Amino acid sequence: MSINATTYAELQEIAGRYPQARSGLLPMLHLVQSVEGRVTPEGINACAEILGLTAAEVSGVATFYTMYKRKPVGEHHVGVCTNTLCAVMGGDQIFAELKEHLQVGNDETTADGKVTLEHVECNAACDYAPVVMVNWEFFDNQTPASAKQLVDDLRAGREVTASRGAKICSWREAERVLAGYDDGRADEGPSAGDASLAGLKTLEGK
Amino acid sequence: MSSPITPVLTANWGTDRSWTLDAYTRQGGYQALAKALTKSPDEVVAAVKDSGLRGRGGAGFPTGMKWGFLPPYDEANPTPRYLVVNADESEPGTCKDIPLMMASPHTLVEGVIISSYAIRAKQAFIYVRGEVLHVIRRLRAAVAEAYAAGHLGPDSPAGVDLIVHAGAGAYICGEETALLDSLEGRRGQPRLRPPFPAVAGLYARPTVINNVESIASVPAIIGKGADWFASLGTEKSKGFVIYSLSGHVTRPGQYEAPLGITLRELLDLAGGVRHGHQLKFWTPGGSSTPILTDQHLDVPLDYEAVGAAGSMLGTRALQVFDETTCVVRAVLRWSEFYKHESCGKCTPCREGTWWLVQVLTRLENGQGNAADLDQLLDQCENIAGRSFCALGDGATSPVVSSIQHFRDEYLAHLEHGGCPFDAAASTAWAPRQEVHA
Ligand SMILES: Cc1cc2nc3c(=O)[nH]c(=O)nc-3n(C[C@H](O)[C@H](O)[C@H](O)COP(=O)(O)O)c2cc1C
Ligand code: SF4
Ligand code: FES
Repeated sequence: MSINATTYAELQEIAGRYPQARSGLLPMLHLVQSVEGRVTPEGINACAEILGLTAAEVSGVATFYTMYKRKPVGEHHVGVCTNTLCAVMGGDQIFAELKEHLQVGNDETTADGKVTLEHVECNAACDYAPVVMVNWEFFDNQTPASAKQLVDDLRAGREVTASRGAKICSWREAERVLAGYDDGRADEGPSAGDASLAGLKTLEGK
Repeated sequence: MSSPITPVLTANWGTDRSWTLDAYTRQGGYQALAKALTKSPDEVVAAVKDSGLRGRGGAGFPTGMKWGFLPPYDEANPTPRYLVVNADESEPGTCKDIPLMMASPHTLVEGVIISSYAIRAKQAFIYVRGEVLHVIRRLRAAVAEAYAAGHLGPDSPAGVDLIVHAGAGAYICGEETALLDSLEGRRGQPRLRPPFPAVAGLYARPTVINNVESIASVPAIIGKGADWFASLGTEKSKGFVIYSLSGHVTRPGQYEAPLGITLRELLDLAGGVRHGHQLKFWTPGGSSTPILTDQHLDVPLDYEAVGAAGSMLGTRALQVFDETTCVVRAVLRWSEFYKHESCGKCTPCREGTWWLVQVLTRLENGQGNAADLDQLLDQCENIAGRSFCALGDGATSPVVSSIQHFRDEYLAHLEHGGCPFDAAASTAWAPRQEVHA
């Protein structure tokens, strides 16, 4: 695939948002992923050209960050937190059962191209452990059964809504939002989950 | 007795559509900004100094003093200076900034505008970790609303522009100088200091970097007064903070209280350690702070007392583990995290974290020997204090503190020829333990 004129113009637009264009590189790479499904050589070249860098320089940046993928990502990215707290609370078991259920290893995609499974680091939701992320949306207080249901729903194309977030879009659409192109869905979902309100709740009735 | 819970930052999190400008304004939002604009920038800096606010991102550096390190502003010949909000929140256990930005992004935006006004920055950034899609949506929507309402933009009273910038997955980018490199579109690796960011930060310009919770506290300080803020907390740790309880707790979550509350008091509010179990170990401020035990339940959770107890207050990320948890497994997993996140710039951390994982893996599998414990401590000595940034130091905290408090448990792995714990017993869905009197 190659970067078309629309995408190229958007990449330029992102660079133009910053006092110095190179600051746009991270969001630009998110945009590349949203159109290419991964960071491709063509995407790297386009970023390099726009920013006046070498492809090697851009590549050096892309390889530093875990959200940038060299292998194609499936329609949905499912991240299971296996940092210590979630792991102990059951994240390890969830991850093991999902691998088995989906017949994939870490950072692999199901044969139907629907789900890429990965274990992720602490996602700042430890009070909802164990946590699963779908396209970087929160699925709180998961169990092996709920996580399997979740991936089954994703694979079947059923509508899925995050615990604290919006109706699930695709991974590519999520990457486009990260690049700075809003999808107008900030108003979906609650203000906060129960755990976020735990301190406030102790005051109720007092 | 009155409750120790003091909702300030968390106060509006439960209200309908709390993230919108409309809801925020109805609750008195942006009145602190109006008040700040009646003061001179220097007066705002003075108020933040007087409040005693210390950085909420981990190190606890006085915020007003940090702002004071900027070179004097030259009215006749102004050069750019920047405010950068650190919203990378990735320290294991830390989970307060994300719910704040989800529920009340305008609190942060208002804080950014007041703080930028105080330090005379015309451009501000919120660098938020990329792995939180909906939080980024909410932040962007709030910024757009603030522009439309005339709070932001070159023609607004404070004349501040604000960019929400999504990162791309790297714990080290929470380190402030690595964050600056990342925001400049580079690999996120820490910079040599001096020069400090206050002198040469983003684009080599004077830059202030503060944590989300620090900046979000500024509207309350201006709105309710520095004296009010300073009247809360302890002598050297003033004000209120968000304590984040997670793990084997009946009601985990966010508990906002004055600095100096104890874990015992927090657990009382949270319904205690989960039914039928006892506290074994906990982190006071994320995985980079040495673990504490049930001996430390009454330590006031402020900077001084936690330091005196041999740990650090850090981000008040209280990860609580009960007696079903294997401490070696916990420490191994944290060590794998540090190894994975080491940016590779300096040898002690890059090589050292690799070795820690090797030795800990052996021990967890019951394959090592008792001399491995001394080897681990030796390795930690070679990392701590010799690494280029605090990630290396942090990587040694769980290892050293766990050996200090739980040496016997390491040895039990050797005697048992493997981990003596049942991981299933620690899970959230483990069968409930019956307690017999
Ligand atoms: C490895 C590492 C990760 C860090 N991550 C964060 C972070 O995610 N958020 C944060 O505010 N500070 C983080 N810090 C601390 C920052 O370097 C810096 O002290 C802080 O942002 C300053 O803000 P404050 O004074 O308001 O606390 C980290 C430090 C290190 C060494
Ligand atoms: S201590 Fe680790 S993270 Fe920090 S500069 Fe050295 S290698 Fe990088
Ligand atoms: S450890 Fe899983 S979200 Fe923090």
